[in-house]
Amino acid sequence: MSAGPEVKSDLWGILAEFETPEALVEAARKVTKAGYKRFDAYSPFPIEGLHEAMNFHRNRLPLLVLIGGILGGLAGFGMQYYANVFSFPLNIGGKPHNSWPAFIPITFELTILGAAFAAVFGMLALNGLPMPYHPLFNVERFALATRDRFYLCIESRDKLFDPDTTKSFLESLKPHGIYDVDR
Amino acid sequence: MSSSPKKKKPLEKPQFLSPKHTYSTVTDKISSIVLDGKIHPGWLLGLGISFSVLMVLMTALTWLVIRGVGIWGINIPVGWGFAIINFVWWIGIGHAGTLISAILLLLRQEWRTSINRFAEAMTLFAVSCAGVFPLIHVGRIYKAYWLFPYPNTMGLWPQFRSPLMWDVFAVSTYATVSLLFWYVGLIPDLATLRDRSTKKIPRIIYGIFSMGWRGSARHWFRYETAYLLLAGIATPLVISVHTIVGLDFAASIIPGWHTTIFPPYFVAGAIFAGFAMVLVLAIPLRKFYGLEDFITIKHMDNMAKIILATGLLVSYGYMMECFGAWYSGSRYEQFMILNRMYGPYAPFYWALIFCNVLTPQVFWLKKCRTNQVVLFVVSIIVSIGMWLERFVIVVISLHRDFLPSSWGMYWGTKWDWATFIGTMGLFFTLLFLFIRVLPMIAISEMQVLAQETKEEHEEKSKDH
Repeated sequence: MSAGPEVKSDLWGILAEFETPEALVEAARKVTKAGYKRFDAYSPFPIEGLHEAMNFHRNRLPLLVLIGGILGGLAGFGMQYYANVFSFPLNIGGKPHNSWPAFIPITFELTILGAAFAAVFGMLALNGLPMPYHPLFNVERFALATRDRFYLCIESRDKLFDPDTTKSFLESLKPHGIYDVDR
Repeated sequence: MSSSPKKKKPLEKPQFLSPKHTYSTVTDKISSIVLDGKIHPGWLLGLGISFSVLMVLMTALTWLVIRGVGIWGINIPVGWGFAIINFVWWIGIGHAGTLISAILLLLRQEWRTSINRFAEAMTLFAVSCAGVFPLIHVGRIYKAYWLFPYPNTMGLWPQFRSPLMWDVFAVSTYATVSLLFWYVGLIPDLATLRDRSTKKIPRIIYGIFSMGWRGSARHWFRYETAYLLLAGIATPLVISVHTIVGLDFAASIIPGWHTTIFPPYFVAGAIFAGFAMVLVLAIPLRKFYGLEDFITIKHMDNMAKIILATGLLVSYGYMMECFGAWYSGSRYEQFMILNRMYGPYAPFYWALIFCNVLTPQVFWLKKCRTNQVVLFVVSIIVSIGMWLERFVIVVISLHRDFLPSSWGMYWGTKWDWATFIGTMGLFFTLLFLFIRVLPMIAISEMQVLAQETKEEHEEKSKDH
């Protein structure tokens, strides 16, 4: 199979519908085994073990949150240090300008704030959200992906993708239905 | 199949959802409350009343801006009055929401699932009400932004060593993180509403706010990490917020305020008040919207136990205040306690003991923990009691301090009361709007629970 220029450019992928989370995990395992890389599973709620079945383990979010927290903390302490030592030093009862114990609460709060921003916006950015248009929404039945149905879509940009063989491969997984996803 | 009749298993897991529900019935039930398009007369009445009360707040605030804080009862011995009492009361109520959503999530307490969404909403709305008071009590509302560190033409900075400044950071961080936590939890449910709604305009609005969520497994993986991490950082945050509120008092030298028990005692009181408010809201909600399957008697029972436990912690705080006054040997502290018990405000103190120490003791009995009426009444009494606690701490300590020549009395004026009652209008208006436009129970989390309940049920029926 040659990875030549995409001919059927109007096809984004092929979508298979399953009725239970177990069937979806099983299907995802088989698709991974068959060597597909560009595919994704869709479910109304997080399913345990699904991302492992898809061979997807990397998650940079904890690192991002750590960095966000450290930056927030440094910003908080730095702001107070700058204000009280450089910008507006005041001698109150001979106390040191850098009276760091009094700076801890604000430093702590800004650490939390930095980490929370990193967690939320990091998650959205890594997930590529917000995404106002997505080809999957062209499939009418895909609306059930947020209710009670489970989907698996092999995308046409996958190297192994071929409209006919991929479709027959997906059919061998005994889905409830198969749909073409237009771009 | 075993022939013996169903015996009560000693270690059976309690049911938080009846096994007849599957993920589709859960979704339909919760989303239909929002999407059926019917305006319930009871809801309309509730919103109408709340909105009129909100207008009372608007009137009081307008008059405050015109005339200044002189319209309040504050005077020179008691410079802190209703504004700070109400602030601490409201922010404390908010804490149960974060506790339910963050700490119980980390502890993997399944029963939080059906109550976390509206508890988080309650947090947000309570923090909004709390936020009104620090803003207005500065006297010149239009200069409240001076509290924030920003490059100003005077080259001045706020006083970062002041606990009141810490409050600004703690409360604004708390409000922001609560909002983020709530919104992140809502994203998958907004996508459900987008896909389930049949009308165009709700579809577009839910579509915008769900940001194109489509339940991808990769997305869920990162989403769950983000949600857990948020819970992990919200947990110390919620404790720090009320600790700092406690430090506002403890960092002073006024008798009755200057005690190290304040931060933990305030946190316990916040959880106590918060859970009472969750019950006050949950009992009517489950009744009117027929959510008995989702918010079960077991939930009520658990919350009553938390109220009992935190009530005992708060009672310990009251005892330690008396003990500390006696053991310190400070005449002023001792006088303060005696003045609380026998001074002009003594009825408030004894009412507080009745509300917060005696009443929750009924929860030792299972019959009371599972009785809706008892739960509701006790929760109202506890909410009043926690307001009285802040009144006792703020007013009684200030009105008679070191010098008899500076003693005085304090009573809230009608504007104080209008502002306080008005914030309840703000709270309930937001709440009524919330239950109409957003799912009050987290759909995707309930689906997970439905899945687990179903599996357990199947296994159990296999055993028989």
